[in-house]
Amino acid sequence: MKEKEPSGELGIYLHIPFCVRKCLYCDFLSAPGSLQEMEHYVEALTREILEESVSYKSYTVKSVFLGGGTPSLLSGESVKRILQTVYDHYRMGADCEISMEVNPGTASPEKLDCWRKAGVNRLSIGLQSVWDEELKALGRIHTGEDFFRTYRHAIKSGFNNINIDLMFGIPGQTKESYAGTLKKVVSLEPPPTHISAYSLILEEGTPFYENRPILPDEETEREMNKITSEILSDQGYRQYEISNYARPGYACVHNQIYWTRGNYAGFGIGAASMVENVRFQNTSSLEAYLARYLKGEREKRVKGEGQILSRKEQMEEFMFLGLRMTKGVSTKEFQRLFDVSIEQMYPGVVEDFVRKGLLVRGTDPDTGEERIRLTAFGMDVSNMVMSEFIFL
Amino acid sequence: MENIEQSRIRNFCIVAHIDHGKSTLADRIIEKTGLLTSREMQAQVLDNMELERERGITIKAQTVRTVYKAKDGEEYVLNLIDTPGHVDFNYEVSRSLAACDGAILVVDAAQGIEAQTLANVYLALDHDLEVFPVINKIDLPSAEPERVKNEIEDVIGIEAQDAPLISAKNGIGIDEVLEAVIQRIPAPGGSPDNPLQALIFDSLYDSYKGVIVFCRLMEGKVSKGTNIRMMATGATAEVVEVGYFGAGQFIPCSELSAGMVGYITASIKNVKDTAVGDTITDVDNPCKEPLPGYKKVNSMVYCGVYPADGAKYPDLRDALEKLQLNDASLRYEPETSIALGFGFRCGFLGLLHLEIIQERLEREYNLDLVTTAPGVIYKVHRMGGEVIELTNPSNLPDPSEIEFMEEPVVSAEIMVTTEFIGSIMELCQERRGKYLGMEYMEETRALLKYELPLNEIIYDFFDALKSRSRGYASFDYELKGYEQSELVKLDILVNKEEVDALSFIVHRDSAYERGRKMCEKLKEEIPRHLFEIPIQAAVGGKIIARETVKAMRKDVLAKCYGGDITRKKKLLEKQKEGKKRMRQIGNVEIPQKAFMSVLKLDDK
Repeated sequence: MKEKEPSGELGIYLHIPFCVRKCLYCDFLSAPGSLQEMEHYVEALTREILEESVSYKSYTVKSVFLGGGTPSLLSGESVKRILQTVYDHYRMGADCEISMEVNPGTASPEKLDCWRKAGVNRLSIGLQSVWDEELKALGRIHTGEDFFRTYRHAIKSGFNNINIDLMFGIPGQTKESYAGTLKKVVSLEPPPTHISAYSLILEEGTPFYENRPILPDEETEREMNKITSEILSDQGYRQYEISNYARPGYACVHNQIYWTRGNYAGFGIGAASMVENVRFQNTSSLEAYLARYLKGEREKRVKGEGQILSRKEQMEEFMFLGLRMTKGVSTKEFQRLFDVSIEQMYPGVVEDFVRKGLLVRGTDPDTGEERIRLTAFGMDVSNMVMSEFIFL
Repeated sequence: MENIEQSRIRNFCIVAHIDHGKSTLADRIIEKTGLLTSREMQAQVLDNMELERERGITIKAQTVRTVYKAKDGEEYVLNLIDTPGHVDFNYEVSRSLAACDGAILVVDAAQGIEAQTLANVYLALDHDLEVFPVINKIDLPSAEPERVKNEIEDVIGIEAQDAPLISAKNGIGIDEVLEAVIQRIPAPGGSPDNPLQALIFDSLYDSYKGVIVFCRLMEGKVSKGTNIRMMATGATAEVVEVGYFGAGQFIPCSELSAGMVGYITASIKNVKDTAVGDTITDVDNPCKEPLPGYKKVNSMVYCGVYPADGAKYPDLRDALEKLQLNDASLRYEPETSIALGFGFRCGFLGLLHLEIIQERLEREYNLDLVTTAPGVIYKVHRMGGEVIELTNPSNLPDPSEIEFMEEPVVSAEIMVTTEFIGSIMELCQERRGKYLGMEYMEETRALLKYELPLNEIIYDFFDALKSRSRGYASFDYELKGYEQSELVKLDILVNKEEVDALSFIVHRDSAYERGRKMCEKLKEEIPRHLFEIPIQAAVGGKIIARETVKAMRKDVLAKCYGGDITRKKKLLEKQKEGKKRMRQIGNVEIPQKAFMSVLKLDDK
């Protein structure tokens, strides 16, 4: 039988569910793990990557993302093994973005060297704030100084594409302290290529949710959001998504796969995948995962039942994911994909939001196509806008 | 069994305070009399509406005929006519009583006499029924049968020393009750040879049989083919079927005669033709006079009922029509609200009745409803002498056209243990009660008598009473009449627009307090919008209270991680779901439950 020709692009997400200690706001799938547990997990993960590769023969990988948890807890050798498994069994695109999340204080110069050599070409460092009191309030394990040291080492190891994760709305944070964090980060030498600035949200099941901290008021929080774009655009960053800013050419390839509904495969516990409009998620049980891949208990179910997205569900996602990006969604593309117009599916909705100043119609400078996007105000209340594109 | 001698018929009911075990006793009687085997018994046979069973209360009067072989060796026909226990349904109690010759009074061996016990006993005595007591729940550790016996004798003045001591729950003493029914309740009077005279005590609509009339024959007889006439409505019809009541089913028989309780079906299309309390007679051989009947029921509580989805208005109308067939005490007429669109102003016997109808509409007819704050009927005296009966606050004339207003007042009896007298008196005071007096039932219990405006007790008085007496107070009331009162219409403005469905009538002295609470409550209920929303309470155009719903500044999802889109979508779905249950007033979206929020102003 003739092998199928490459049919599309693929993002790969690799979940590392270990951390030193849970942060107070974190609702991701992660927990402290022993060295041995981590070793077992890495072994299982490589086997999953290998086993699953047959399903993705026809795809070209354009991004790999090691997320967590704290992937930087892994040794240089472990990361190398994982990535090597990917290289060996998947068709890698020429400029494949290979990102890894790093927690300051967990990455030694040796590890960084090793990761770089293993092919990692983009780091995402979780800083949140440069101020130690704010870091403490969040339950972070590192100090501001830890970060600066890690950043210097990363540069020394040859990393030239680095994202810094920041957070605003932190307990005890002020507009001034936040502006200070931003300024310190953009004046790093060389400056980071990418900045993510997230608004702190109290999620169910976190210590913060149970025990509400005193947060900056909403007015202040929104001003923090505003100064993010002011300071960053001043320094040559462009906002391309609600919480993401990048220097020209450095927008995160992996993130954009999510927003544009590209194919991605998630490996490791709890990892989500979407392939050709089918969504599925791996088990979040470490025990079941290890049993399946380490002990080879094939009856253990790891892959969750796939949800085949209906046409309407695809439309919903197209709208609410697409609107996260500053360029918004193309009306023509909607028409092309679904053979019906946005206006027909959502009569009056766009017009109503345009009138309220939450959406705006514009023209794509490259293609001349009409696009609909959120205004700055629309981004502040994006849930309200996006929920209107859900069918009930 | 059909030609049973009149002397071996007993028509009776059971009266009790709520929870004293009336329905359980009824079940045991049915079980004991062999009409059903134990296995066939569903718990609480008489409460056959789903809702009744859930709430553990009886709403519609139910009737069942059983056969009992007494110790004297004779077989007796027992017609047990169940009565509702809640004060809202006094009217139904009353019509059931009229069909009986006697009543069993059930009193809880631990709790003794309660306000409803008294009210129901007095009703029974008013109907000249033979009443005998039974003491229930004697197997409870806290049972004090001797004390309760003395209380019955002291308070009600009926002989109680021989009262059967029973546990309906555990089937103790049921035989004794049945023997007492045979011995103490008189056989029905009347003669089958006299002209037909039958009292309608209930009716219901069945899609197969049409209107089914429940009646008690006082004189004469009726069978298939008899031409009958309803003496008050004048409607005539030919009888199609007569019969009696099995447990939950109709059992046809050839003839009903004087003293019997049964049903009649005829070519009657409209339940309105068979008014409860009317007298049925034979067209060819009519009786001279109708039976006295009984007081016509009046709706006490009114509220607006609207479909959540305006397109469901015809469905709501159909549902109300059908419900009314089985519940003649339900009133409704179409009305329009600027805020809520097309709906109905409905009249109820009380708040419980309102809740039950609302639940039945939602459950049995699958309707999503918005109801407005319940109110009472006010009498508005206009300049020039015209009197309007006001059921919808929006229809209140301009104050300059009003000479004065009157509101309905009830006489209330509250039975309470002495330790709570203070807090209950305080409550009545807050509700503009007029103290009439207090009687000691025994050392530790007293009966408080108050006159209270009806509009002060229809929402949450009962709950307040229970919470301030740790559940011990019991309460009964009856409409006394109308009294002049300083009443004003309280309007609510949301974003400067008056929302008619939120207006209500209130005493001038409580207007400020109620307005303030209402604004606070609405502030909690109305979600934030993109703009600031003032919520104001006004009397006669003057703002008396204000709250503000701040503008929404932030509504964003947390970091969307690792491509887990499904979870985020669920959040958006929830948000959209919430929006569906909103009413658009001007450019503000008000959640449907906000319209009921006025009910819960005293929630702490």
